[in-house]
Amino acid sequence: MSITNQDVQHVAKLARLNLSTDEEQMFTEQLNAILQYAEKLNELDTDGVEPTTHVLPVSNVMREDVQRESLPIEKVMANAPEEEDGQFKVPAVLE
Amino acid sequence: MSLLNQNLKEIHSKLHDKELSVQELVEDTFRTISERDDRIGAYLTLNEEGARNDARRLDDKLASGKERGLLFGLPAGIKDNIVTEGIRTTCASQFLSNFNPVYDATVVRKLRSADAVTIGKLNMDEFAMGGSNENSSFHPVRNPWNPEYVPGGSSGGSAASVAAGEAYFALGSDTGGSIRQPASYCGVVGLKPTYGLVSRFGLVAFASSLDQIGPLTKNVEDAAYVLQAIAGYDHMDSTSANVDIPDYLSALTGDVKGLRVAVPKEYMGEGVDAAVKESVQAALKVLESMGAVVEEVSLPHTEYAVAAYYLLASSEASSNLARFDGVRYGVRAGQSGNLLDLYHESRSQGFGPEVKRRIMLGTYALSSGYYDAFYLKAQKARTLIKRDFDQVFEQYDVIIGPTAPTTAFKLGAQVDDPLTMYLNDILTIPVSLAGVPAISVPCGFSGGLPVGLQIIGKPFDEATVLRVAGAFEQNTGHHKQRPNL
Repeated sequence: MSITNQDVQHVAKLARLNLSTDEEQMFTEQLNAILQYAEKLNELDTDGVEPTTHVLPVSNVMREDVQRESLPIEKVMANAPEEEDGQFKVPAVLE
Repeated sequence: MSLLNQNLKEIHSKLHDKELSVQELVEDTFRTISERDDRIGAYLTLNEEGARNDARRLDDKLASGKERGLLFGLPAGIKDNIVTEGIRTTCASQFLSNFNPVYDATVVRKLRSADAVTIGKLNMDEFAMGGSNENSSFHPVRNPWNPEYVPGGSSGGSAASVAAGEAYFALGSDTGGSIRQPASYCGVVGLKPTYGLVSRFGLVAFASSLDQIGPLTKNVEDAAYVLQAIAGYDHMDSTSANVDIPDYLSALTGDVKGLRVAVPKEYMGEGVDAAVKESVQAALKVLESMGAVVEEVSLPHTEYAVAAYYLLASSEASSNLARFDGVRYGVRAGQSGNLLDLYHESRSQGFGPEVKRRIMLGTYALSSGYYDAFYLKAQKARTLIKRDFDQVFEQYDVIIGPTAPTTAFKLGAQVDDPLTMYLNDILTIPVSLAGVPAISVPCGFSGGLPVGLQIIGKPFDEATVLRVAGAFEQNTGHHKQRPNL
């Protein structure tokens, strides 16, 4: 299996990244090398093997649904690149 | 010579006897940093005012006879992916170059309760992605033993700061070996605890099922002190393990008689440098001479670990890093047409090449049509790797091998070859996938660069890992070597 420039463009779109032509070329070559190496996993017989998503027996952590104090607005907004009236300001969502 | 080259008990005794004040200790640290850090590059941000205020407060506490914390007065460096209220936290990324957290990570809060002093934030590979610390988007870190060489990554700043006497101890984070490998390259002690033992609340996530915070120190006893201070259940971290925390310091008995040590043949095979093997074999002889029983075993799925790791870690990274969009924090790209453009432009300008590479790899592995072939297959390989460890631990107390196949490499030597760079982590990654604890301790030198010995333990059995590491250290002098700076 090999990755093409078009695949890289498609994945970049999914990942919300703009790539330059040079970056596209570089990632096509590097991802091909890495994924070719990853195909090594196909040597493994994993029939009947359960996937391990987590080494701990994790399950949903539940707590009582009680009202509690949240971060104050000024702290939430402290790192906002742009804000207005206690809200994050962004460019138009709908055109 | 920096005061920080002394051991914890010597420093505490001097503080208690009023031969030294915390303020003097802190000033000595900043003086050492100003003398050395332009050659090392370990720090990204210094907390000068905060540290001096803390030092004054702690000296008052000492004078008033109040009870002192476990890490009283000790200057600590914190890897810059651990959030610190009011101290810039960048993850060594341009994306977060203006980010000032509004709360402390749980580990930072715990260090504060133990009376440690935060000196500053330490350089790293961007978002903890890398094995050489050349991926910092500010400047690389250099190895204190030879500035032409890398310090390892991604906690390169943490390891280098301790090796160079610029911090008494440091916190790092380990996803595939990012505490142990730089500890090995810089000749210090680095401990990756069992996944879940130390809270990840406030650690900027890279690969959530693997990330773990741990200490980098000059010796094993100090690692035990720091672990004692930071381990424990935290309700703020949904993956925190609710287990009893033993007394790690009392585990340092120095006795390994009858202890069963497994040495995986895969960890001493092809690709491992001859000088590294020699140092590890000499270390095993030391443990044997103390009564440990050393036997060869096999971890047959070791060769699949790197492939599985890079698929899993990159997949989790692509998901975790989706939150960096230029809306709520971080650097926002200017002149964006609409919201989607803003996401694209902020992310493209904010992230460096290694981060983009991993986001691309992870997005691909999780995308429609490839999920089963890559992501799910890697999760199944992880099961087989974990089973290898479970089987060996049925008969042995610890597993020992090298931390890294070679000593540190030259800056720039592997920067254009990500796959080769990824293979440097072949001996630390299986441990991360299995979630078990492991420590790297200095066990020799090759060509003037340190070699690390990796001691791996059963889940939540840090006490045995520390006991073996401590016994080895007490019978050798490698950890006492310091770079000539």
